[in-house]
Amino acid sequence: MPPYPYGGNHMSTSTLLKMNHITKTFPGVKALDDVSFSVEAGSIHFIVGENGAGKSTLMKVLSGIHAYGSYEGDIEFDGEVRAFHRIDDSEKAGLVIINQELALIPEMTVYENIFLAHEVSTNGVIDWNETIHRSSEELKRVQLNINPGLKVKDLNVGQQQLVEIAKALSKKVKLLILDEPTAALNENDSERLLNLLVELKAQGITCIMISHKLKETIIADRVTVMRDGKTISTLEKDDIDEARIIKDMVGRSINDIYPKRPPYEAGDVVLEVKGLTAFNHRTDKTVAKNVGFQLHRGEVLGLAGLMGAGRSEIALSIFGNPKKYSMELEMTMMGEHVQFKHPSEAIKKGLFYVSEDRKAEGLVLKKDVKENVTLSNLHKISNRFVIDKNAEIRSAKEYVDHMNVKTPSLEQLVYYLSGGNQQKVAISKALFVGPKILILDEPTRGIDVGAKYEIYTLINQLIEEGMSIIMISSELPELLAMSDRLLVVAEGEIKKELHKDEFSPETVMTYATS
Amino acid sequence: MGTLLKDFWYIFRNNIRDYGMYIALAGIFIFFTLMTGGLFVSSRNIFNLIQQTGFIAVGSVGMTLIIVIRHIDLSVGSIAGVVGAMAAVLIVSYGVPAAVALPSVLIFGALAGLLTGYLVAKVGIPAFVASLGGMFVYRGLIFNFLQSTGTLGINDPIIEAIGRGTIPSLATVFGMQLSSLIIGILAIGWLIYSELSNRQKKIAYNFEVLPKNLMIVKLVFMSIIIAVITYVLGSYRGISWVLVIVGIVLFAYHFMTTKTILGRHIFAVGGNPEASELSGISVEKITYFVFSSMGFLSALSGIMYLARLQSATFTAGEGLELQVIAGAFVGGTSAAGGIGKVTGSVIGALVMASLINGMQMLSLGSNIQNIISGVVLVLAVIFDVKTRNMKKTEKKS
Ligand SMILES: Nc1ncnc2c1ncn2[C@@H]1O[C@H](COP(=O)(O)OP(=O)(O)OP(=O)(O)O)[C@@H](O)[C@H]1O
Ligand SMILES: [Mg+2]
Repeated sequence: MPPYPYGGNHMSTSTLLKMNHITKTFPGVKALDDVSFSVEAGSIHFIVGENGAGKSTLMKVLSGIHAYGSYEGDIEFDGEVRAFHRIDDSEKAGLVIINQELALIPEMTVYENIFLAHEVSTNGVIDWNETIHRSSEELKRVQLNINPGLKVKDLNVGQQQLVEIAKALSKKVKLLILDEPTAALNENDSERLLNLLVELKAQGITCIMISHKLKETIIADRVTVMRDGKTISTLEKDDIDEARIIKDMVGRSINDIYPKRPPYEAGDVVLEVKGLTAFNHRTDKTVAKNVGFQLHRGEVLGLAGLMGAGRSEIALSIFGNPKKYSMELEMTMMGEHVQFKHPSEAIKKGLFYVSEDRKAEGLVLKKDVKENVTLSNLHKISNRFVIDKNAEIRSAKEYVDHMNVKTPSLEQLVYYLSGGNQQKVAISKALFVGPKILILDEPTRGIDVGAKYEIYTLINQLIEEGMSIIMISSELPELLAMSDRLLVVAEGEIKKELHKDEFSPETVMTYATS
Repeated sequence: MGTLLKDFWYIFRNNIRDYGMYIALAGIFIFFTLMTGGLFVSSRNIFNLIQQTGFIAVGSVGMTLIIVIRHIDLSVGSIAGVVGAMAAVLIVSYGVPAAVALPSVLIFGALAGLLTGYLVAKVGIPAFVASLGGMFVYRGLIFNFLQSTGTLGINDPIIEAIGRGTIPSLATVFGMQLSSLIIGILAIGWLIYSELSNRQKKIAYNFEVLPKNLMIVKLVFMSIIIAVITYVLGSYRGISWVLVIVGIVLFAYHFMTTKTILGRHIFAVGGNPEASELSGISVEKITYFVFSSMGFLSALSGIMYLARLQSATFTAGEGLELQVIAGAFVGGTSAAGGIGKVTGSVIGALVMASLINGMQMLSLGSNIQNIISGVVLVLAVIFDVKTRNMKKTEKKS
């Protein structure tokens, strides 16, 4: 055997990465259970699986975020057995991971971010001109046409994701790992990203990608399915099929992705919004223009539109205006005229908003599951001002069981839960308040098919109990299936109201882009 | 001319945050000059003002980095005090030459800072608590060193020079000190050279540069300012060693923060510690460095204070940490982390010192002085917060 097993010609058939018998335990959780996994050079390899299956953990083990020695098993990369102790070790070897949480510094410019931790320098002194110049080159490679001097906080998520990739490319990457890169992207940006990966593959860059959007596996050469910390199957290009993947993921076949909706009969009007106009001083933009609508008892009202259309802004304006827009609004709830100066007043009246950004806005990550669940309604478990810890545990347990949150204990920090389980905690927190109207902003972002099904079922159940729901989602199929009525939003305005019999993706897109 | 004004306005608007402090400083200068009939900007007073600001400015530079990485250091004043006492005891009681004693106490300061850094980064206790503990311990140590005497006078040429001396004048030309004149001219030359060479490099890369006429206006304006300062200082006692020390510290830290990897990593850690860690930066190491640098500068500040008084006392450096923190905040450092400039903090320290100096000249009581200082501090931070999120306007062509 030649000392270097893969020369240029046989790229497609040589193995770049082999992970052998990896086992990783956290207190109370066996996140990886004897996992073996290999990736061919020059391929795009997908990893899919339910929330908490261990996908991110496997990649963190691979990239040295979980240091060598904290797991069992060994890793062969690029022909050598590796022991990565820190993330910079793996980067030196040509392996770059883009985490589920973006690793960009918002206050810094694009070029500073691209070369962060591997600056263009001589003797520790940075050459800024060269940095900017090379950043522009990398930005061209990812086809992002922006000024590298912009601050990252002024970019949208799609652009930030591309900056992350430019950052990876600038490190001379051989194996690029992307953990749910498209979770927060809209259709256009996602497609752009997938095309980019295909292009990078042509340039010889191998890629591991984790995603819950199964239709993206169309670009995959191989798909590995994980469940409960084990690899279940690896499908070759010709065998890749969504139904098969789902079956391996959840261990049974799911025939309907959406549970049956009970037929909807119009109830009383529970919420009426009139003449909502809101202006955001921070961005100098009008985020809502003369918005008006009604919501009925037992109804799911969908807000459709492109990212940035103003759907979340409309929701926030109604929910006590936490972002302090200047605004005009006339609102009645349950026939009573209301004017919320703060979210707390809205919550008191029975209106609750579950944020699209569960990590930054929805949850207190450094607190445990039970404290998060009870946070918005501590009165329910208190005698006057004193919290009854036992009551807290009892109530939290009830909700955690009901929502089927996978957590080793109620005392687990939410930080350590997988994405889908964090989302369930965020919804539990909302339900704990006992709202009459619930606004769900992107409730299924980044969560697996099984958990999505559970959330859909939950929505149906809540509706039947007489709750009303406003649902915001960028996944059109889900919105069409779950809503009783749709409002199409673009540029902060309601462009069209659609009833169930008028629903079609084409109609929605026509108005959303008008 | 029309486009010149327009360009100017565009640049001004987009950098108002950076210029705000300079405008405030100019405002304070104009106000007190008018109120004191010109006495405020007399060569003598400007010289004194620099002597009064020096030891605070040095501390503010270190505190900027501490605040940038989202911490605080309350032990600055006590370290300054204990370092002064140690230096005095070494020199006076043990006859150690200042050239040996001073570097030793500077190292002591850096180690003291490193200890705080260790408690914060490794042991994981809040910086507020770790440094509060240090504040008591070092204050107590001062009593140990000075024992019964209470104060310890010191008579040493090096200490004398640091506290009151100026650089050698060489000769007097046109009623001005030659050395100051030379430094002034060199500074202007360097300013013009670095601006031009920078511009050249940017053009080579095809980057945007200031319009030519605007650059000339900027250079002329800055040259005039340097010339005026040179004149004011040169016609009195010249450039003091205090100014030289502040200049070196400021230059070194400005260079470090804007041009080096280390500086970049400090700001990254401040901006987003989790992301930095994931980018391969060791938050722990950065924390060690920033706290030792603070300890070192506290010690330097302590030496400058000792030299200013020519004696070590129990109360030396009391409350210094708060003046230093005020300087950093007035200078635009953000408590949210990741934002701050060492130049800003030095200007911030100067703003606070000018206020006090001016009010003293007007013989205002210390009650009024405190109230006004407090109000200015808060106003400065309000200005900062309000302008931070102001949207940058696009250039209209
Ligand atoms: N640092 C940690 N401490 C404790 N438990 C952890 C930690 N990181 C992950 N876990 C647990 O390990 C399991 C696997 O988590 P992992 O994040 O790998 O899931 P995932 O497949 O990436 O899920 P998702 O699709 O939701 O991102 C989960 O049960 C999770 O709660
Ligand atoms: Mg994950």
